[in-house]
Amino acid sequence: MKPQPFHSDAHAPSHFIDADDILHKNVPMQDAAIEIEGLTKDYPVGFLLAKKRRSLDDLTMQVLPAEVFGFLGPNGAGKSTTIKLLMGLIFPTAGTARILGRPISDVRMHKDIGYLPEQPYFYDYLTAAELLDYFARFHDLTAADRRERIDRMLKKVGLDGARKIQLRKYSKGMLQRVGIAQAILHDPQVVILDEPMSGLDPIGRREVRDIILELKCNGRTVMFSTHILSDAEMICDRVGVIVGGKLRGVGRLDELVGVKVQGMEVLFELSRELPAIANPLLQKASRTGNRFRLEVPEEELYSVMEKLRGAGARILSVTQLKPTLEDYFLHLIAADQAQASAVEVSGK
Amino acid sequence: MNRAGTVAWNTFREAVRDRVLYNLVFFALLMMAAAILVGQISIGIESLVIVSLGLSAISIIGLLMAVFIGVGLVYKEMDKRTLYALLAKPIQRWEFLLGKFAGLLLTLTVNTAAMALGLFAALLYVRHSFEPSDAIVLIAAYFILLKLAIIVALALLFSCFTTPLLAILFTAGIYVTGLFVQDIRGFGNITGSAALDHLAVWVSYLLPNFENFNAIAAAAHAQPIPGLLIAQNTLYAAVYCAIALVAASAIFSRRNLK
Repeated sequence: MKPQPFHSDAHAPSHFIDADDILHKNVPMQDAAIEIEGLTKDYPVGFLLAKKRRSLDDLTMQVLPAEVFGFLGPNGAGKSTTIKLLMGLIFPTAGTARILGRPISDVRMHKDIGYLPEQPYFYDYLTAAELLDYFARFHDLTAADRRERIDRMLKKVGLDGARKIQLRKYSKGMLQRVGIAQAILHDPQVVILDEPMSGLDPIGRREVRDIILELKCNGRTVMFSTHILSDAEMICDRVGVIVGGKLRGVGRLDELVGVKVQGMEVLFELSRELPAIANPLLQKASRTGNRFRLEVPEEELYSVMEKLRGAGARILSVTQLKPTLEDYFLHLIAADQAQASAVEVSGK
Repeated sequence: MNRAGTVAWNTFREAVRDRVLYNLVFFALLMMAAAILVGQISIGIESLVIVSLGLSAISIIGLLMAVFIGVGLVYKEMDKRTLYALLAKPIQRWEFLLGKFAGLLLTLTVNTAAMALGLFAALLYVRHSFEPSDAIVLIAAYFILLKLAIIVALALLFSCFTTPLLAILFTAGIYVTGLFVQDIRGFGNITGSAALDHLAVWVSYLLPNFENFNAIAAAAHAQPIPGLLIAQNTLYAAVYCAIALVAASAIFSRRNLK
């Protein structure tokens, strides 16, 4: 839907479920593929590194086996920090996490995990096939197995024709594809992708979505971060929303954004000027070229359509207006800003 | 160990593809020029000049490679974020460090061996034959390689916690002071202070003693090198490298990637 303007006060619009309720559903589960408990990360800042900046604050959530989990948040929200903590690239200030029941400090479990870094960059003196072969060697695969998997993966990500070209000549999108190939080359149980759609054209994005869905069909767990909400809306079983280092909601999309219909959208065309009876409607509608868009309450839909038809308008479409993930997202950020303003005012 | 070997092979491949071994062309030209000139200006001491010049060139070229490539071994991977995908594989951080060290050492070994071959070719050109004492040249080249291994280990250690520029300064600083270890030890004696004397002794033992690895003069004058010195230098370099790598591993295993 068209994003609804949110009030800058902290009152949540009624169609959203309260974030605390969502977080309360985030209870520990024995069989979770990824379990995160109280994960916190502070970075030292300032000239003497004496001050601390909290990048991730007491994150607790689970990703279930064989689900596609979208980790959503604006830039700088703490998505990549969380993923880097899970992969052991950085170390937590507090909290713990387990993947497939094993602590994240145990690098042996990496044989069952695939990881795509954000904006991946690989050894540019290698070709795609050489890079995949290099990474495959860490998984103790035989030479024949490596060759077979590399051929299959390069075909899957559409790079078979560019397999002998050095990576320094690859575009950003091609590097992203190589990154995805190396993440799933060893057939991992859990795949963690940091912004996998970044840098890809629409066809590439669709291909990545297909790969993720294929992994899910094969019983694999996929967690991916993104700030592009439409990607998450299309393929995620559940999502977690993080803003300012804090988890703000986790659950199914419909749980998060609510399912209540907010109204109806009517698109229509006019072949001639409307008579007086329909003029009030016309004043409420927004016009683009010859087309008009009108938002009406659900209970008034039929009477409005009667009036439009009576006036000779051609109805092009009627659509339910539901809040989207984007709305939810904007609502959270607006609420945060409002809270920050309130704190500032009370401080004065 | 297999995983460290995989990293080592890739490090060697990187050096080859980045045309690091092109320095051999420079060395070959130097040896050819020296061989032609020496025959004309230094009658009777051709081999002395060729050996001195050749081993010095091997040492300097190796030093430059060890310091400048060594400090970038870890830093470059962190800076370009190539390390992210690698550390997501089942590899320990110490295995990565060991692999990077072994990879550069392999590069330096190939480079030193190729330059030593060039040196023998130049010797053959000026003398038209080999002598048994020429084996000392090989031992001197081996000592240079041991020295380079220590420098790579130190460069790797510094690159785990500081910037490349500072790592170059630290490594070069230690190399230069390592050439004067005996003087540092003697400095304590002349101060007359027991505390300074102790400090000087401790510092001298802490620093790598690069004087022990200098066999260029012995090779040039065909003076035999005792087998005990070869064993001592080998053991010394191995222990020093191991200590530096363990320290590097301890630092790197706690390091947050950016």
